[in-house]
Amino acid sequence: MITLAHYIVLGAVLFCIAVAGLFINRKNVIVLLMSIELMLLAVNTNFVAFSRFLGDVSGQVFVFFILTVAAAEAAIGLAILVLLFRNRSTINIADIDSMKG
Amino acid sequence: MNPQLFQLICFYGFGFVTVAAALAVITLRNTVHAVLALVLTFFSTACLWMLAEAEFLALALIVVYVGAVMVLFLFVVMMLDIDQEKMREGFVKFLPVGLIVAVVMLVEMLGLIGVRAMHAQFMGANPAAAAGVSNTAWLGRALYTQYLLPFEIAALILTVGVVAAVALTLRQRTDARHESASQQVSVNPRDRVRIVKMAAERPAEPSPVPPQESQP
Repeated sequence: MITLAHYIVLGAVLFCIAVAGLFINRKNVIVLLMSIELMLLAVNTNFVAFSRFLGDVSGQVFVFFILTVAAAEAAIGLAILVLLFRNRSTINIADIDSMKG
Repeated sequence: MNPQLFQLICFYGFGFVTVAAALAVITLRNTVHAVLALVLTFFSTACLWMLAEAEFLALALIVVYVGAVMVLFLFVVMMLDIDQEKMREGFVKFLPVGLIVAVVMLVEMLGLIGVRAMHAQFMGANPAAAAGVSNTAWLGRALYTQYLLPFEIAALILTVGVVAAVALTLRQRTDARHESASQQVSVNPRDRVRIVKMAAERPAEPSPVPPQESQP
C-alpha cells in the first residue's frame, strides 16, 4: 500500500540527483538548466503527495503555479542561452567570466 | 490481485524508471540523449502523479512539459553546435564532490522528515471524490474562486515570458535584404511619381529647308 513516505523519499532522491547533476556538469549550461527542471519536478511531487494525503487542494494549485513559472523560466533561460551562443560561440561556463564574479 | 498491492507494484515500477532516467539525464554524454531521458523522467513522474489521483496535473505535465518545454530544449540543443568532448571536462574531477554532497543531502533529508513516522500515513479516500467531483473540477473550483488573482498573475507572467524571449532573440540582420511593411504602407504616391503639366502637342515649327539635291 502506498504511503506518504514513498512519495517523500522519491522526491528527496530526485532532488539529490539534480544537485549531483549541478556539481558534476559544471561546463554545460543546458544540463544545468535540466537539473533545475529536475529539482522543480521533485518539489512538485512532494506538493502533489501532500495535497493528496492531507486532502487539501492548495498543494495542487501551487503545483499549477510552479509549472507556469517554470515554463516561463525555461523559455527565457533558453533565449538567453541562444543569445550567449550567438555572441560568444560557446556555452561553456568557464568561458563566461567577463563579469569576473 | 489485491488492488492496493497492484498500486504499490506500479509505484515501484514508475519510481524506478523515474530515478534511472534522472540519473541518465545527468550522466549521459550526448546532450540530445539527456533531453530525451528528461522526457522519460517527466513521463514516468506523470504516471506517479496519476497514481496519487492528481489527473489534471499529470496530464498538464505531459502536455506542457513533454509537449512544449522539452521540445524547446531539443530545438536549442540541436541548433547549437556544441563540442561534446569539451563539455565533459571536469566530469571525473567533480564526480566525488557531487556524489558526497548528494548522498549527505539525501541522508539529512530522510533523517529530517522522519520517514518512519510518515510510513504510517496511508493513502486515504480521494479528497476530490469525497467532495463528489472530479479532480479537474476540484482543482478548478479552487483556482477560479480562492486563487483567482494569482491565476491572472500567472497568465501575466507567461505573457512577459513570451515577450522577453522574443525580445532577447530578435535581431535586425544587416546582411540580409528585407522589406519594411510599415514603410511600404505609409508611402505617399506624390513622393514616387512626379506629374508634369505639359501641352499635348508641340507648337508647329518652321520646317527645315530640305537639303539641296545635286542634279546630275
